[in-house]
Amino acid sequence: MKKAMAALAALLLVGCGTGGPAAPAEEATLTVFAAASMKTTFTELGAKFEAAHPGVTVTFNFAGSQDLVDQILNGAAADVFAAANESTMQKVVDGGLAAADPVLYATNSLMIAVPPDNPANIAWFPDLAKDGLNLVICAPEVPCGAATVKVEEATGITLNPVSEEQAVSDVLAKVQSGEADAGLVYATDVLSAGDTVLGIQFDEAKNAVNNNPIVVLKDAPQAELAQAFVDLVLSDEGQELLQNAGFGKA
Amino acid sequence: MTSYSGVPRWVFLPAAVGGAFVLLPLVAMATRVDWTQFGQLITSDSSLSALSLSLRTSLSATACCLILGVPMALVLAREHFPGQRIVRSLVLLPLVLPPVVGGLALLYTFGRRGLLGNALEVVGIQVSFSTVAVVMAQTFVALPFLVVSLEGTLRSVGSKYELVAATLGARPTTVFRRVTLPLVLPGLAPAAMLSFARALGEFGATLTFAGSLEGVTRTLPLEIYLQRVTDPQAAMALALTLVAVAIAVTALTGQMAERPK
Repeated sequence: MKKAMAALAALLLVGCGTGGPAAPAEEATLTVFAAASMKTTFTELGAKFEAAHPGVTVTFNFAGSQDLVDQILNGAAADVFAAANESTMQKVVDGGLAAADPVLYATNSLMIAVPPDNPANIAWFPDLAKDGLNLVICAPEVPCGAATVKVEEATGITLNPVSEEQAVSDVLAKVQSGEADAGLVYATDVLSAGDTVLGIQFDEAKNAVNNNPIVVLKDAPQAELAQAFVDLVLSDEGQELLQNAGFGKA
Repeated sequence: MTSYSGVPRWVFLPAAVGGAFVLLPLVAMATRVDWTQFGQLITSDSSLSALSLSLRTSLSATACCLILGVPMALVLAREHFPGQRIVRSLVLLPLVLPPVVGGLALLYTFGRRGLLGNALEVVGIQVSFSTVAVVMAQTFVALPFLVVSLEGTLRSVGSKYELVAATLGARPTTVFRRVTLPLVLPGLAPAAMLSFARALGEFGATLTFAGSLEGVTRTLPLEIYLQRVTDPQAAMALALTLVAVAIAVTALTGQMAERPK
């Protein structure tokens, strides 16, 4: 009995202790909605964040920016939103759901992706207009397609793709499977695809650079942690990680 | 009110809930459409091109399903062979396979670097990124609907009339044409309709296997998905058009099935 009482007392002490100043951080979950292209880097940043904030769990929802916007505008409980372009972010701002002005944290530019053996011998951007080439690009309606249109306009070269995909990942997949001879994707996609595709940089890509903004959401259940996460993304550490993955400086 | 239907009263509650569960989302869709713009939204070039492509490919896919599916159902329902159960579950696989995976499977088979792709390329046929690929993707996902539904009809009709015809000296092909087909015809129409509806709504396999290009491979579901990014209202208007087409086809086949022979 005495032992039990002692144990109970100890338990109470421990319980009260958590209120003290030297206490370990409270249990909390930070929810980050991020564009699909951020998966690798943000997962790594999430692990760093968890290590720096004991008791905090970071959960990610990686999807197309537009899917995320739909979810946020329809009341999904999220703390941070990181978009792959400014126009999708604008929809969240217009919806009155951003806690502050979005901040740019990275840029992304286009790169030509070809199968590792480069069957169509693509060397530079004008090669993409070759006859009989199985070229796959993004549809003009989605961010990577809008960037492609900008490059076409700047160079005066009109592309004749065999398919205009709705997502950059679909373009990459068709190059990886060898169905497409070439595709226009983001530099980061080429890097993340490893040696399953060959990336070809081209100067004309500078005509279409996508800005990636991040913001704390107004109804964030964990506003403070959310800001801390945004700070981490913008910190030297976060920026280095992003640039190693192929992103450009914002 | 007085006629006895044999349905317990409490059944109506879950039935009504189920009905609302299916219908409410349609109502919600309709509320998102700007009806003053509706005509304009669905008659844009890209919309019409997607609609016409969808109709053409879905009809072709239904024809393919009939050509391949009727014999399949016949073999499964009338024959007995070792491993039949396994074959049946394999045939039904596209029902449970996520369509995107189905598209990948088709890609690994008919794609340029697929199982048969090399042989096809030698004879100058490139399937991927063509309208044929759309029809193939649709047939792949719609075929099981026809087979399952027709096999059920064949079993419930039984084979006694076929037996009689055969004992009277009719050859198997004659029995099939003169006895079996007319017997299962009332079941064949809804089965074909089911596959048509499935083909019409096909999205994942088309996206992975065929790609997306206006007038060639961008069917209505793909167009809807794309429009959603820039113009959600147009996407909803197109979606309702898709629903309307499906309902019209359902009604049409329903009438055909009921028409006295």
